[in-house]
Amino acid sequence: MISILAQAPDAGPVSLTPLIVIGCYLALLLGLAMFSGKLFRGTSKDYFVASHSIGPFMLLMSVFGTTMTAFALVGSTGKTFQIGVGTYGLMASSSGLIHAACFFLIGIRVWAIAKRHGYVTQIQFFRGRFESSGIGYLLFPILVLLVIPYLLIGVIGSYRVIGPMTAGMFPNVFEATGGSVPPWIIGIVICGVVLAYIFAGGSRAAAWANTFQTIVFMAMGVLAFTLISKHFGGLEAAIKQANGGHLIRTPDEISIAGKFTREIGIHPLTFATYMFIPLSVGMFPHLFQHWLTAKSAKSFKLTVIAHPLCILIVWVPCVLIGLWATGTEAGMPPLPDAKVGAVLSIMIAKLVASPVIIGMVTAGILAAIMSSLDSQFLCLGTMFTNDIVLHNKPKDKYSDKKTILIARGFIIAIVLVTFILSLLLQNVQNVFDLAIWSFSGFGALTALVFTSLYWKGATKHGAYACIIVVASIWMFFFWKSGWGGEYTVGHVMPVAIAFMGGLIAMIVVSLFTKKPSEETIKKFFP
Amino acid sequence: MKNKVILVIFIILAILHQDFWNWGNSNIVLGFLPVGLAYHAGYSLVCAAFWACIIKFAWPTDLEKWANEGEDAS
Repeated sequence: MISILAQAPDAGPVSLTPLIVIGCYLALLLGLAMFSGKLFRGTSKDYFVASHSIGPFMLLMSVFGTTMTAFALVGSTGKTFQIGVGTYGLMASSSGLIHAACFFLIGIRVWAIAKRHGYVTQIQFFRGRFESSGIGYLLFPILVLLVIPYLLIGVIGSYRVIGPMTAGMFPNVFEATGGSVPPWIIGIVICGVVLAYIFAGGSRAAAWANTFQTIVFMAMGVLAFTLISKHFGGLEAAIKQANGGHLIRTPDEISIAGKFTREIGIHPLTFATYMFIPLSVGMFPHLFQHWLTAKSAKSFKLTVIAHPLCILIVWVPCVLIGLWATGTEAGMPPLPDAKVGAVLSIMIAKLVASPVIIGMVTAGILAAIMSSLDSQFLCLGTMFTNDIVLHNKPKDKYSDKKTILIARGFIIAIVLVTFILSLLLQNVQNVFDLAIWSFSGFGALTALVFTSLYWKGATKHGAYACIIVVASIWMFFFWKSGWGGEYTVGHVMPVAIAFMGGLIAMIVVSLFTKKPSEETIKKFFP
Repeated sequence: MKNKVILVIFIILAILHQDFWNWGNSNIVLGFLPVGLAYHAGYSLVCAAFWACIIKFAWPTDLEKWANEGEDAS
């Protein structure tokens, strides 16, 4: 799903300008994040949750930036090019309702409970709510395994963006890659920049960096939209030349240049059950950590209201570009489904053809990628430190300095594992389909957090049953999909089945098992 | 009562998201937006308005107070 922003091969010597623009962007990002690191108070609470000091605007930008991956810019355009106008309703407008619902119903309540009781991770919350230490040991590997594909998508995504964009730039230095910057250097730079600012200031630096990155990728999406529409002679002319079949959602099969066929449109049942995917924000551990950085519950107000509007600003232009690309005047090559992520880049390279713009749009895509990566790295370090190392240890066993050191050590380990895995898996075609599976797992587990917050009768055994049933259903369908391909059960998204399975397991088992103590009920139900 | 009204509106919004009546409609709105996109762009605006109303009329004021009491105590 990631694009290929290459310069036109017949444009003479390959310009280094795009790489210089990206270098400037990374330097700016690093500078800003390092500045925020100066605000770091040196305590573990500040490192993990910014001492609950993030205000409304930064909370909105960091939460929005974290939920939008590279898929928001390049995936949306490519998916629209593939299946048509239904992409917006499928992935964007539903999130306006469901994401905001999760922020309001889960985020604010979790923030309040965590602030009152001093929790910094999701697992601490579940351990307290279900009076069970074991639930943490069950959840930890599941959450880590679901986050890792998400991390890989970001790192491999950066290879697939920067590699082709730098093709021919350094023919004498990197002969093996045709003159483009090799993945291992890209990985070191991207992971290194993210690691540097997480090291400097933890959650606070991530929030500052995310704010900057979100502004950059939103602006670059609008810039690409404006420049491409100008090429067509305006918005009306652009949509007039689009393929009619892509302007509706009726499922159909079309021939692509007589070479292969493509299924366009979307089945209503898939469309309806896709609404379970955005529930994933209710269980993302990295988003949980962002919630806890909020200064007050009031900080959530702007996030809840403006999130659907931010989605609108990013997605409508990208969906329109995807529709325009289906037209006769766009001159797109016959791209198979696996390559539709290249649509945005091809449109920019062919229709705008400016090295500066190519650099800026690539920086926008990297911004979307990195604004998710930093939070994920940080949350894994936070979880390992607090849920595994510090759990059940006396409070004075480790000093604040030592606690931060442990977190930083685990973050380095996770970055190294991700870096190595990304190099090993960089050529796997369906790695980006894994994103949907990752979201499906988190989406289905939202049944757990929702019942734990709103149903006093939810028990420890019910929670175990919920997790086990969700994991089993998810694993079964993951296997049926060929370990990560596109898959539906009679047009129904697997996440809907896993969510309902988990919810039923929680309710049924809780009804017949020992209720939580009065003390716990008082602690979690204000 | 208030919570029930909110739940009903939420369910109505979830149903309205399905807009099966637009499935095969290829009309263009405002000269450049296909109906299927214009409807859902409008839907995003309605969602923002819905959440603005929720925040205005159903904000959990007591929850914040409760959270801060815990911090004071610690």
